[in-house]
Amino acid sequence: MRTSVFTRGTTAPPPRRTLRRAVVIAAVAALGAGLLAGCAEDSGDPDSSATKGGGKGKTTITVGVFGAFGLKEAGLYDAYMKLHPEINIEQTSIERNENYYPQLLTHLASGSGLADIQAIEVNNIAEIAQTQSGKLMDLGKTAGVKKENFLEWKWSQGTDKSGKTVALGTDIGPQGICYRKDLFEKAGLPTDREEVGALWAGDWQKFLAAGEKYKAKAPKGTAFIDSASGLMAAVQGGSAERYYDKDGKVVYKTNPAVKDAWDVAAKAADLGLTAKLQQFQPSWDQAIVNGTFATISCPPWMIGYIKDKGAEKTEGKWDVAAAPKASNWGGSFLTVPEAGKNKEEAAKLVAWLTAPEQQATFFAKRGSFPSAQAAFSLPEVADAKDPYVNDAPIGKIFSDAAKGIPVTIVGPKDLIIAQNLADVGMLQVDQKGVSSEDGWNAAVKSIDNALEK
Amino acid sequence: MSGTTSKSGTAAPLSEGGAAPRRVGGGSSGPVRSERRRRLYRWDLKWSPYAFVAPFFVFFLAFGLFPLLYTGWASLHQVELTAPNDMEWIGLRNFSRLMEDEFFWNALRNTLTIGVLSTVPQLLIALGIAHLLNYKLRGSMFFRVAILTPYATSVAAATLVFVMLFGRDIGMINWALGQVGFGPVDWENGKWTSQLAVSTIVVWRWTGYNALIYLAAMQAIPNDLYESAALDGATRWQQFVHVTIPSLRPTILFTVVVSTIGATQLFGEPLLFNRGGGASGGANHQFQTLGLYLYEQGWVNLHLGRASAIAWTMFLILLLIGAVNWLVGRRLRKSS
Repeated sequence: MRTSVFTRGTTAPPPRRTLRRAVVIAAVAALGAGLLAGCAEDSGDPDSSATKGGGKGKTTITVGVFGAFGLKEAGLYDAYMKLHPEINIEQTSIERNENYYPQLLTHLASGSGLADIQAIEVNNIAEIAQTQSGKLMDLGKTAGVKKENFLEWKWSQGTDKSGKTVALGTDIGPQGICYRKDLFEKAGLPTDREEVGALWAGDWQKFLAAGEKYKAKAPKGTAFIDSASGLMAAVQGGSAERYYDKDGKVVYKTNPAVKDAWDVAAKAADLGLTAKLQQFQPSWDQAIVNGTFATISCPPWMIGYIKDKGAEKTEGKWDVAAAPKASNWGGSFLTVPEAGKNKEEAAKLVAWLTAPEQQATFFAKRGSFPSAQAAFSLPEVADAKDPYVNDAPIGKIFSDAAKGIPVTIVGPKDLIIAQNLADVGMLQVDQKGVSSEDGWNAAVKSIDNALEK
Repeated sequence: MSGTTSKSGTAAPLSEGGAAPRRVGGGSSGPVRSERRRRLYRWDLKWSPYAFVAPFFVFFLAFGLFPLLYTGWASLHQVELTAPNDMEWIGLRNFSRLMEDEFFWNALRNTLTIGVLSTVPQLLIALGIAHLLNYKLRGSMFFRVAILTPYATSVAAATLVFVMLFGRDIGMINWALGQVGFGPVDWENGKWTSQLAVSTIVVWRWTGYNALIYLAAMQAIPNDLYESAALDGATRWQQFVHVTIPSLRPTILFTVVVSTIGATQLFGEPLLFNRGGGASGGANHQFQTLGLYLYEQGWVNLHLGRASAIAWTMFLILLLIGAVNWLVGRRLRKSS
């Protein structure tokens, strides 16, 4: 192919142009610097300043996590390094679990590129326990790990069929409802957290009724709840059986619990109670800052998220009430891959990080709620109050919610099913006004395609 | 791109019988050393070029050809990312399934429409900009550098800004529309609006790059063509249409091909346009491109076999585009 564009040699510039060239180079440099600054900001890697240089004779343990996981921020690594001067801990983080998880699978498959400790999100735990347990250490046998410390369902989620415990829980997501006191007041609803909780205690339909009351006198430009999908996740987290039955069959199409959650969310969209937002999108973040919705289903980590986004703009405006029904949303685990270089040391660290005392610290510092029931009675948890949300007794609220969470059956494709129900099906109902039935069918079609191997 | 190594005439062609007559003459009387030196020299001439190009081909084999073939192999199997080594032979089922996969056809259609929406304006604007920059103007060098800056920004940063601009409730574009009395547009959820938004990001990023290529080609057009056109009384616009455009033909063809390949593989912009929604390309898959669907099958749904089949289908589509372009190019060359 002769499509050469540059057919002629360029002539050398005459010396007169040196000044102009200098100006251009300066401009390029300035633009480049600006761009680099822009990039540096959006990469937002909090770990670039990891404690480096473990000195001589130190063992470096690497921890791979997703999102703002919080172990590092809670100061737990530093505390461990103080206790064990011979150990140095470094963390690498990938912002989104959707990107973190497939990468982890490829690393596990090839046995390379793995950190000594790898975090797992609850929606992936069943797949990990069922398909990767051969590549992970049995942490149940590690010294200091006690089964009775953990919530029973949390322990069993990280255990494979043969009884090998490959993942230990760090936190769970018992839910409350965060609500904006100021907006509630303007809409003529009670603002005291006990009374607010009583408004909808025991029934999500009552929650919708409260929403209608809110809507009747809503401050202009605000909605009762942020998104239908978020509401659906909250309702769904209260049932023992969701997408799979106990034999591992996919049953989401026929499971009344899934349909109930769908109907509650679709009704909220229908009644116009939602702000029609999609969670974890920039526009949703902006809405948190601007206070355009009055309630949001709130596991402890969500309060952390609101703090990060709303910062001082929303401080003291939120409060936390009990949810209509106990339910769980989110939570994580830690695993130790067999291919790691410092397996034994890594297992010790996981045992320490997931012990009740450390989980209590984790909660006190970051709001990630303990999966160790032994921690519930510790003062850091039981008496915890959060000044950001009007000194709400979050320890008590979430402990109570945690006690009522049923043992949820998890399945390998939970994440895909949940994602499609939320981001394909319910999103259409919420944002485009598609009928509940059409939205459901679209989600089912998408899920069927995704599950087919 | 043709990947053949042709023994082109770069190295001095060596006549096979370069030193033959002597050897044919039987017992060589010359010293052995010079004979050996000559042989070394001959080898040097013959094999050095290969040694010099070898690194590229070694890397190409390892990181280009092998993955390509392995992907082809994987596309004939049922294989999951959870166990990439357990391959189950299923023949062409992954491909036959694609033919009746409505999500695939949807992705193909979206790729086509977004491709047209982004490539056509992009190249037209690039031509215009290049034409303007071709005039003598103050600080032309500065402008030439400036138009390349979008190309140098990261996709993530650029897309994030555009997501803010195209926001439904709090977006600058809807605010501007509101000023003129239009209601807010739900950019992300409409089929055409979302594709327009994604195309806008692509246009913004690639226009400058193409403009520079056009500019380089324009600089190579001999000036006397313009002078004689001006003598004939051609206006600026007529000069552009009758002198510039025909001279740029091969360049335009080149940019069309490169842009088409880019459009077929479009991935980053639509993925990041819907930050919270995984790789579905919107609630209704309304801006899910082929690249995005491939990613969703492979890295979200973890079906490596199905994803490989999509990858190979995309490859075949690109070959088809290449063939069409080659034919068109040949016609153009003949006609000129």
